[in-house]
Amino acid sequence: MANNIMEFRHVEKRFDDNVVLKDIDFTIEAGKFYTLLGPSGSGKTTILRLIAGFDQPTSGEIRFAGRRVNNVPANQRQVNTVFQDYALFPHMNVAENVAFGLQIRGVKKAEIERRVQEALKLVQLEGYGERAITAMSGGQRQRVAIARAIINKPQVLLLDEALSALDHKLRVNMQTELRQLQRQLGITFIFVTHDQEEALAMSDQIMIINDGTIQQSGTPVDIYDEPLNHFVADFIGESNIVPGIMKRDYLVSINGQDFECVDAGMRPNERVEVVIRPEDLDITTVENGQLVGTVATQLFRGVDYQITVHDVRGHEWKINSIHKTTVGAQVGISFDPEDIHVMRYNETEADFDARLDSYEEDD
Amino acid sequence: MRQKILFIVPYALWIVLFVIAPLVLIFYQSFFDISGHFTLGNYADYLTSRVYLKMTLNSVWYAFLITLVTLLISYPTAYVLDRLPNKQFWLLLVILPTWINLLLKTYAFIGLFSRTGSINQFLRFVGLGSHQLLFTDASFMFVAAYIEIPFMVLPIFNSLAEISPSLINASKDLGASQWQTFRKVVLPLSMPGVKAGIQAVFIPSLSLFMITRLIGGNRVITLGTAIEEHFLTTQNWGMGSTIGMILIIAMFIVMFVTGETKQKGGSR
Repeated sequence: MANNIMEFRHVEKRFDDNVVLKDIDFTIEAGKFYTLLGPSGSGKTTILRLIAGFDQPTSGEIRFAGRRVNNVPANQRQVNTVFQDYALFPHMNVAENVAFGLQIRGVKKAEIERRVQEALKLVQLEGYGERAITAMSGGQRQRVAIARAIINKPQVLLLDEALSALDHKLRVNMQTELRQLQRQLGITFIFVTHDQEEALAMSDQIMIINDGTIQQSGTPVDIYDEPLNHFVADFIGESNIVPGIMKRDYLVSINGQDFECVDAGMRPNERVEVVIRPEDLDITTVENGQLVGTVATQLFRGVDYQITVHDVRGHEWKINSIHKTTVGAQVGISFDPEDIHVMRYNETEADFDARLDSYEEDD
Repeated sequence: MRQKILFIVPYALWIVLFVIAPLVLIFYQSFFDISGHFTLGNYADYLTSRVYLKMTLNSVWYAFLITLVTLLISYPTAYVLDRLPNKQFWLLLVILPTWINLLLKTYAFIGLFSRTGSINQFLRFVGLGSHQLLFTDASFMFVAAYIEIPFMVLPIFNSLAEISPSLINASKDLGASQWQTFRKVVLPLSMPGVKAGIQAVFIPSLSLFMITRLIGGNRVITLGTAIEEHFLTTQNWGMGSTIGMILIIAMFIVMFVTGETKQKGGSR
């Protein structure tokens, strides 16, 4: 596809004997917002450093606009980075920081001036050009770092945990702004974060990284609704994960009780894991519940209540509900077949996609 | 509150006894002639005498040269040190000579540079004949720079080590080559270290006297030598103090020129 700007082919990265990335394979399409999501130490920052050119892969190939760039140094790549600590030059003022990349490339003074104003306007820092970096707040520094990167019109903009140093409210505002900025500029953004909410809110595509491999990639909705394995289900959002047995297509048994579901394509009586999101579970009366249990705890979280219910078989269920209940009460839990998501053990992403296709076509 | 005052006492005493009192004494002393009468003659002498003027220029010139040579050697040294694995170990090796007494080091150089010293022995061995090394400007500069290098390397190394690696990455990320990164990011950010190094080398170099005598053979006469002569030989303490005052003023000038701008970074 002509629209592919960047590609990783079987990339592996080792530091001495320590394998940080194993067989990473993905394509990045131009003009989209990608998020690399994973816990710390998962290898997501290493991927970013490989893209930026700060590190070279041990084996495999990184292609940029159809060209192999494994050994192209960072200063010759059409990629710019917004660093986690912003990495603003403390001996320069805001405008000088933003102008840095253009100055290096020998752009004429008048044009630099114009583009710096433009970039500052884009990040809503008009008139801050003469300020010292030390006189800027965390959120403002963040914007300076973004302006400094986008002024060079890179093909790909990398953002390394760019929002994690901001407080919650500012972070949420910046999420919206970043998303707008990305649409406005049409630059491919690759955003690295460990914050799943951020990833879900901003991305076109999410890649979930753990243990140096891509666990699953897809749109936020796909990944949330159809997690591939235990790690993804647990990492993205809150979830109830219980072992079960897939009796036959569209019928799963949890703790000996059969439930209708919408999953298929597995061997009869295969051992599986079942995911049900807490917000898909409803509390009803004992008679109407598919499961029956006792309310153990209830926490008010502002938007909803976080409730835990111990069912008669001793299993604990997390339930998010906007309705209040009472601790110690006997309640029923109800859910629909669509709320159940079944995961096979050790299924690869390719097999998972193929299986989904096989039975969704029948529908 | 009372406790705080108690803590301040030893430091205050120290500063009064060993910093303020000597300064006041030197200032006071500089207004008396050799027979103990109050006079402004010492300053008049200093300002009108060609000998002292030449000595002052000499001192400043040599101190400048020593500082320059030391800086030219120390900056690359500190830069390389900062990039080595086990840099703390290598830094220790650079600092190690400062643990040895200054006089001992100077005598060691006499041993090396003398007519019968190791260097001349080697020169004779390779057939270049023996040369007068001791008591030359070159040997004086060499030894002075050798002694001052650790005091220059240390602050520069510290300021280089303080530069966050992500700033270097950011510079490269924005398209700067190795050299551009050095010139636009590393060098300006290490200037506080360079300034501290200059202060630590230039000011003591102004009043060097032992090396000028032992290695320079008194061919190089600086204000330091003059002060020593006045206090120990001619016993003209008044004139010695006057020259001392001149040196103190020179130090303030150097500190003023090299200090100050440190905190202003980025406000230009």
